[in-house]
Amino acid sequence: MLSIKNLHASIEGTPILRGINLEIKAGEVHAIMGPNGSGKSTLASVLAGREEYEVTEGEVLFQGKDLLELAPEERAREGVFLAFQYPVEIPGVSSTNFLRTAVNQVREHRGLEPLDAVKFLSLMKEKMKLVEIDQKLLSRALNEGFSGGEKKRNEIFQMAMLEPKLSILDETDSGLDIDALKVVSNGVNQLKSPENATIVVTHYQRLLDYIVPDFVHVLYKGQIVKSGTKDLALELEEKGYDWIKEEVESKATV
Amino acid sequence: MSKDNQILEEFTSKEYEHGWSVNYEADEAPAGLNEDIIRWISVKKEEPQWLLEWRLKAFKTWQSMIEPEWANVHYPKINLQALKYYSAPKQSKKPKSLNELDPELLAIYERLGISLNEQKRLQGIAVDAVLDSVSVATTFKDTLSKLGIVFCSFSEAVKEHPELVKKYLGSVVPMTDNYYAALNSAVFSDGSFCYIPKGVRCPMELSTYFRINAANTGQFERTLIVAEDESYVSYLEGCTAPQRDENQLHAAVVEIYAGAHAEVKYSTVQNWFPGDKNGKGGIYNFVTKRGICAGDYSKISWTQVETGSAVTWKYPSCILKGDNSIGEFYSVAVTNNYQQADTGTKMIHIGKNTKSRIVSKGISAGKSQNSYRGQVQVMKRATNARNFSQCDSLLMGDRCGAHTFPYIDINNPTAKVEHEATTSKIGEDQIFYCNQRGIATEDAVALIVNGYAKEVLNQLPMEFAVEAQKLLALTLEGSVG
Ligand SMILES: Nc1ncnc2c1ncn2[C@@H]1O[C@H](COP(=O)(O)OP(=O)(O)OP(=O)(O)O)[C@@H](O)[C@H]1O
Ligand SMILES: [Mg+2]
Repeated sequence: MLSIKNLHASIEGTPILRGINLEIKAGEVHAIMGPNGSGKSTLASVLAGREEYEVTEGEVLFQGKDLLELAPEERAREGVFLAFQYPVEIPGVSSTNFLRTAVNQVREHRGLEPLDAVKFLSLMKEKMKLVEIDQKLLSRALNEGFSGGEKKRNEIFQMAMLEPKLSILDETDSGLDIDALKVVSNGVNQLKSPENATIVVTHYQRLLDYIVPDFVHVLYKGQIVKSGTKDLALELEEKGYDWIKEEVESKATV
Repeated sequence: MSKDNQILEEFTSKEYEHGWSVNYEADEAPAGLNEDIIRWISVKKEEPQWLLEWRLKAFKTWQSMIEPEWANVHYPKINLQALKYYSAPKQSKKPKSLNELDPELLAIYERLGISLNEQKRLQGIAVDAVLDSVSVATTFKDTLSKLGIVFCSFSEAVKEHPELVKKYLGSVVPMTDNYYAALNSAVFSDGSFCYIPKGVRCPMELSTYFRINAANTGQFERTLIVAEDESYVSYLEGCTAPQRDENQLHAAVVEIYAGAHAEVKYSTVQNWFPGDKNGKGGIYNFVTKRGICAGDYSKISWTQVETGSAVTWKYPSCILKGDNSIGEFYSVAVTNNYQQADTGTKMIHIGKNTKSRIVSKGISAGKSQNSYRGQVQVMKRATNARNFSQCDSLLMGDRCGAHTFPYIDINNPTAKVEHEATTSKIGEDQIFYCNQRGIATEDAVALIVNGYAKEVLNQLPMEFAVEAQKLLALTLEGSVG
């Protein structure tokens, strides 16, 4: 589904991603871990098409298409969804209104009729149950004054509404209380299917107890320096990143 | 250059949608401004002597005045002698009904999206349309007149209700008020007149559309709205003008009178031609609008959506004379390309327990300049006066400017005046967030801007709100950079 080859990206001339290689197949869950500042959000942003990042080398194929050629909204309509680490506030625009615009633009792209108000609301009701989100929250301005946890929950709600092919969850777990973490993970699991794939960026192995990954990758200084199974996450939890850093440094000096 | 900037360049060249002009034989005054021209207009309009004298007096006053320069707008001096002061679409005889109107004129309204007949039938909105200088048709007159409501062109009011016109004309905006008001008083051509008798609630929206058509013509309308005690009316005004290279002058005067317990809601969507993307052409819009809450518990509410004009100079104001009277001003002013707007309001608290509320939302894009200028004045007698002002500016790109000039003058210690101001930028973050959900940049801007302006747009009647939303989106298409 997603094939990243030798991806290099920089911001304002500073290289951040320095040769990422990653293959993701439909039905898989990949976890990306790594120390602060290693480039996890940058990778997510580059995949989503954020303009500030300049791709200097490499290629990304998404369902056979050159992803880097597409505008951000086209990527979204093709089925790339990013749950933001820091969701943005849009004053005066209700979540409902925002999502209706989004859903209908995505539907149009997929050759579907726009949903009328009644159908849209019933779709909302159905998806609201999935992440146990309060109607009241959705009638408020998008993310404005939402608590950290509410914002994260709203991201997953939007994901449920948009039914993406590839979901990238950037630290969706941070800011969620224990119960919310279960609810949100449960939502993500229910949305999982053999046709779609998920990338979870996290610092905590706890999340991976709920959303069980097929692969775990460690990102360090803009490269995937280690890949493994869920056991790797447990090992990291126990030992931290120092041993990996050492491994990388010693290889570099050889 | 980022993609957003490219879109900006593409769309700022977007042509003004209403930029077309129809050729009809105009019955025009020769260019120039002098007493003879004023007499010519007055004769043409078959006016009574008192009105001619009133005009001439205004002209004398105007001659002694100088053009104001305090506003934060810059434009070359207008050569008032080169303008024509009267231009009427030629008609062999006066139409008795809409069916007799020149089909070409009707076609103009159709193209403006105002189908008089449609409006009449479907929406139950009474429409008066002013093309260049003459009011062309007023729908729904019969229905209204059964209630004693007068809604007609200004010229007709002069003929049919001279006592009312004489009583209220210049009572809220005196001819000596300012340079443009004096000029308007001397040469005004037509406009709308509304009179709501005591205790009557006007059952429908009253609406006027203004359009400047002929080249080198100044348009000087005069609107007078009188709401007697315990009456209610909601009045709407829409404006467009064709695209022309030369700047055209528009200097209107609107006067509103509200008696005790009366309420007047005045809404306008101004979409005069703003000039092209290089700042060539466009309307100079120098307008004086003022209402007086003359009676106790009266209320005047101004709502404006300003998207057009090259230069706007406009401060709809309320004189809160009656005790417990309320004045409101809700404004969205958008500027793009080289547009300049200096707009705001004045709330003058004279009566006791008077309240005023100001919500101003400025949006600047391109290389435009957008200024809010507001005055809150509390007079000695005005105990317990309250004012709340909220002035927000939204910037798109970094070549535009937003300015706020609040003036507060309090002469009574019991007054409570609150002023809040914010300036924000449409963030790349916000746009990207929308993009990431599949929303195209244009729609994202529309969504964000409409969200920002919501509090004001909510004040508009339904039909107008939808139109205003579209207009905002259209004016700003591609202005993210
Ligand atoms: N505008 C910028 N200019 C320079 N450096 C930047 C800029 N934006 C991000 N960076 C740097 O890029 C690096 C990668 O940032 P990124 O947000 O991708 O890290 P992360 O792995 O998501 O970290 P965290 O775990 O803290 O979320 C960081 O060192 C950050 O400081
Ligand atoms: Mg991050």
